Amino acid sequence: MSITRDEVAHLARLSRLALSDDELDRFAGQLDVIIGAVARVQEVAAAGIPPTTHAAELANVFRPDVVQPCLGADVVLAQAPAAEQGRFRVPRILTED
Amino acid sequence: MSAPNELTTLTAAQMAAAMAAGEISSAELTRAHLDRIAATDDQVHAFLHVAGDAAMAAARAVDERRAAGEPLGPLAGVPLAAKDVFTTVDMPTTCGSKILAGWQPPYDATVIDRLRAAGVVIVGKTNMDEFAMGSSTENSAFGPSRNPWDLGRVPGGSSGGSAAAVAAFQAPLAIGTDTGGSIRQPAAVCGLVGVKPTYGGSSRYGVVAFASSLDTPGPLTRTVLDAALLHEAMSGHDPRDSTSLDAPVPPVVAAARHGDVAGLRVGVVAELSGEGYAPGVLSRFHEAVELLESLGAKVTEVSCPHFGYALPAYYLIAPSECSSNLARFDAMRYGLRAGDDGTASAEDVMSLTRQAGFGAEVKRRIMLGTYALSSGYYDAYYGKAQQVRTLIARDFSAAFDQVDVLVSPTTPTTAFPIGERADNPMAMYLADLCTIPGNLAGNAAISVPCGLAQEDGLPVGLQVMAPVLADDRLYRVAAAVEAALDQRRGHPLLAEANGITADREAGR
Repeated sequence: MSITRDEVAHLARLSRLALSDDELDRFAGQLDVIIGAVARVQEVAAAGIPPTTHAAELANVFRPDVVQPCLGADVVLAQAPAAEQGRFRVPRILTED
Repeated sequence: MSAPNELTTLTAAQMAAAMAAGEISSAELTRAHLDRIAATDDQVHAFLHVAGDAAMAAARAVDERRAAGEPLGPLAGVPLAAKDVFTTVDMPTTCGSKILAGWQPPYDATVIDRLRAAGVVIVGKTNMDEFAMGSSTENSAFGPSRNPWDLGRVPGGSSGGSAAAVAAFQAPLAIGTDTGGSIRQPAAVCGLVGVKPTYGGSSRYGVVAFASSLDTPGPLTRTVLDAALLHEAMSGHDPRDSTSLDAPVPPVVAAARHGDVAGLRVGVVAELSGEGYAPGVLSRFHEAVELLESLGAKVTEVSCPHFGYALPAYYLIAPSECSSNLARFDAMRYGLRAGDDGTASAEDVMSLTRQAGFGAEVKRRIMLGTYALSSGYYDAYYGKAQQVRTLIARDFSAAFDQVDVLVSPTTPTTAFPIGERADNPMAMYLADLCTIPGNLAGNAAISVPCGLAQEDGLPVGLQVMAPVLADDRLYRVAAAVEAALDQRRGHPLLAEANGITADREAGR
């Protein structure tokens, strides 16, 4: 067993997923199988091998710093789940205490 | 399924030539494809949105420009289906997810922008596995697409809607994205040509991100020349994508027109064969290799010892990147918001929205990536996977010191029945076994049809892989294989698709 149901519940919290109990049961079994399979990367003798983060070896890609028009607030807010007074309306971010 | 009409069975190159010669208009052509979609999409379910009036308006605009004598690109007036991962200002962009249902982006993807500028007529947005995670389109929140060769089977994925549309003659051209095989695998199982250009060769701007270090837009078509024409039209440097390569597009169209493999050094990847491969896939693959040899290619076997670790490395790297990329779906600025009852906190709303808006595979991958990136596990999983990525790139470099291109089957099996792998994520992941190494190294790869498997009569794809920015070599090899097999067969492979040409041969 490489991952427990409690660990999956913790991952779900970190991932901001309000999973149901049924999902926790199902995902725990599936993730255990998947993690067991992907752990094969640890078989490779990789001492001294540098990591590759990206297919294209590009560094410090610059562009001219020119002012360009951006999207208008009306265009952006048109797709907002809730808007108020020309701004995004969001749920409360602080608790009472 | 009813037979397509004569207009819709032309290649894109033939359509373009007929329009240039004044024999047909883009309006007629677009109407024929919209009619074909209307007649068949209840069975195929390739589309999530059909552009209808907007497509007709775009077609008439091209016809007017042509009538006015304006210079037009080689694909002007030709219809195209776009995977629903590309942002489009005039059509919804859902990525096959409930969390983006109905979202109308405020800007066009660079690829869409370039195709519109080239006069290509976008007829709609195609179905896909949610956020491009999957190999069958069964992970779409809006139901699976079906393979036109056998409506009980998957069209592959994640660009399965694009593949189904082209194979069903609903459009001659489609675009998709390939992160682990999502263009090549559906192309293979639908009997099409599918290309993953060199990473950075086609722009990611306006492509909803799945795994940013891997995502690559590319063409899906019925012929090699059509793929090259589309590749050229959609590719090239984009200052809006920081990973876009500032290099000329390789001469893919010229290569597709001169499919000559005499003297070309072809390496057969030893590791991409054997157990787990369907007999019909291996038979057609070995015949394709013999064919290349008979056409003058110098074939040798090449070992890429770390390719066996590509799949596990990919299923750490891609979920890690996805867990970060999909954090943007926070219910605040766009997309779904659930549970906002006036008392729930922003964090609760976020969790309830993601719970309601994401499907099972997306949730699995977000959690897998969160696991692989968490402190205590990072070195053993994500860190190791990145080292494997280096070893795979080195395998490719060593191989390309010996040969000009590498070949393998595109997929271990033909199209599988809908539902067969839906509850078994690991079985589904195996569909990308042969395509993933190319994504990890960022090089160019194509799938071209090489016949039908004897056991089920379904299409098999030959994968050709070339070094970074040597995309033209793919087209040389694929054009040679296509021409030789079409000549031997007497007709294109897709003419044998069930329900399509069977009808035509019967005169219906």
